[in-house]
Amino acid sequence: MNKILKYSLYDLVRSRWMFFYFGFFLLFTLGLFWLSPDISKVAISMMNIILILVPLIATMFGLMYFYNSREFTELLLAQPIPRQHIFLGQYLGVAGSLSLSFLLGMGIPFLFYGLATSSDVGLFLTLLVSGVLLSFIFSGISFYIALKNDNRIRGFGLAILVWLLLAVAYDGFLLLGLAHFSDYPLEKYALGASLFNPIDLSRILILLKLDIAALMGFTGAVFKKFLGSNLGMIVSLIVLLFWVLLPLWSIRRASLRKDF
Amino acid sequence: MKPLHIALSALLPLFALFAKANAKTIVVCADCNYCMPGDAVAVAEAGDTILIKPGTYYETNIEVDKALTIIGENFPVIDGQMLDHIITVTADSVSIQGLQVQNVGLSFIEDRAAIRLSKVSHFEIVNNKIFNAFFAIYAANSSYGIIKGNEVHGQAVEEMTSGNAIHAWYCTHLDIEGNEVYGHRDGIYLEFVHKSRIFGNKSHNNLRYGLHFMFSNDDQYYGNTFRNNGAGVAVMFSKRILMHDNLFINNWGRSSYGLLLKEINDAEIFHNIFDTNTLGIFIEGSNRITYRENDFLRNGWAIKMHGGCTDNHFSQNNFLQNTFDMAAEAQGVDNSYDENHWSEYTGYDLDKDGLGDVPFRPVKLFSYLVNQTPESIVLLRSPFVGLLNFSEKASPIFTPTNLMDHTPLMKPFSWDKKIQ
Repeated sequence: MNKILKYSLYDLVRSRWMFFYFGFFLLFTLGLFWLSPDISKVAISMMNIILILVPLIATMFGLMYFYNSREFTELLLAQPIPRQHIFLGQYLGVAGSLSLSFLLGMGIPFLFYGLATSSDVGLFLTLLVSGVLLSFIFSGISFYIALKNDNRIRGFGLAILVWLLLAVAYDGFLLLGLAHFSDYPLEKYALGASLFNPIDLSRILILLKLDIAALMGFTGAVFKKFLGSNLGMIVSLIVLLFWVLLPLWSIRRASLRKDF
Repeated sequence: MKPLHIALSALLPLFALFAKANAKTIVVCADCNYCMPGDAVAVAEAGDTILIKPGTYYETNIEVDKALTIIGENFPVIDGQMLDHIITVTADSVSIQGLQVQNVGLSFIEDRAAIRLSKVSHFEIVNNKIFNAFFAIYAANSSYGIIKGNEVHGQAVEEMTSGNAIHAWYCTHLDIEGNEVYGHRDGIYLEFVHKSRIFGNKSHNNLRYGLHFMFSNDDQYYGNTFRNNGAGVAVMFSKRILMHDNLFINNWGRSSYGLLLKEINDAEIFHNIFDTNTLGIFIEGSNRITYRENDFLRNGWAIKMHGGCTDNHFSQNNFLQNTFDMAAEAQGVDNSYDENHWSEYTGYDLDKDGLGDVPFRPVKLFSYLVNQTPESIVLLRSPFVGLLNFSEKASPIFTPTNLMDHTPLMKPFSWDKKIQ
């Protein structure tokens, strides 16, 4: 598996797309710092990018890589290598190179502006960690979808649907539910419901690190009390890791059963 | 009769001179005849001056019951050792200047104060330093007083066990000017205080309010700075208050606001700057109020209006970069919002008269939803909410349809800023 991971990582790191991705984050973050000295504003803009673009690009890139390297995968399958190693190696290659581009693209400006030693280091760690975890989660989901669907159009359609559901529609349903049951105390429901969506969870983890958290009033206080505690941090990390592991396990399962 | 009259009036300045010559200065110091301020006050007569030399005097319950001028040289310290009241004034025309009064203990039975004024008029409390007092300056049933240039610094930890820096109760015609108050429960607290002026003060880092009005009418406050308080200014149950040229900044926290108006009638609010407060102005049950030429910058909510507000008029205000410009459930009765500048406004001005041709609705759908269901604030900054606000802006369905600025200003209204 390590060898396959190494080859796919080498392959990807040298690819044009990864340079684009890295360059985009680098320019975007530098541009933001250049435009606004206000760190919380920079953080909010970066949060929007992390929550929307990182999942979308991870999804698309995972699909593209899987479909494009199909012939190479078939070649590998003919070799005496365990199946799960092939797919896990490729998946880790994709997720790893995406995370690497993201980390370098955002991390270099942070270091450049000396934020690694400032008081906002917690905020930026949260931004970086959630970006990396979202990369892993969404490339995993796209790999699983690609494994399950040989038809590329169908695969892309499904992946975009999943992204749309988690990034946008989920919040709509959450809001509907909240509005419908507004006569009841809903803090715990809201807390629980946002734990189940990695994008929402990342957003709230980042927001709680910002001044703007004060706007969230009583609900925000409930969130902060839970997510700010050690238990809350552990629970939210477990939930995010669960979101990483669920596609991984599904990939393994699907790869073992699939008939090529 | 006449010559006598003339003789008397000729003698009058002489009498005055005599009286003046009779007024003496009593010096207090460690090796003087009087080594305690209280001893000096006891022997002094009305009109005398007591000069306190530098040093530390441990004394409480100094009752000033005649018209004296008490002057401290280089801030002599009168230390109450956390025991009782320190200075109580019960005579008119008393002046206290340049003292450092400190350490007044907490009491749950009486409102202990460093300087207490009781049923007096024409007093002056000027340029004193008051540290670590339960209540610092406490005026009750008094009038025509000046409280000026004092520095009051408390060590309040929680509201229940702390007092106010400047506290006035049943007073009229006070001038509270140029004081710096911090670390108390309320910076300045006024209850049943009428026809008074509060200006040029700096009130910061107080637990509850920077300035607090209760049942006080015909007052005005201007040129003050309220920074980092639990809440900037609370005006409650008062009439005809003039509020202008104040700076409300960084009153930021879960239940903070710059200015709270509760049951206020006939007030005028102009030339204020509200910068980075969780809530700029929180309005509840207030009527006949004009808000003009104020700047609202970077607040969570610039304006939040709860039920029962009529005749509130907003014009020529600048709303810049607030997370929400306004939260209100409905337009209310006779409230108007015309001719303000809104940084969120995206309309156009074809006839170039400086007024936008498309009305602006300051209540966003999300702001409306949060008002209905407070928990939905968990979706703050969610992409979905952006989408929702956009579609609502295109065709409003939920937001109060008649709450709008019919003629928004294209450019910020510029007014003469006296404070920065």
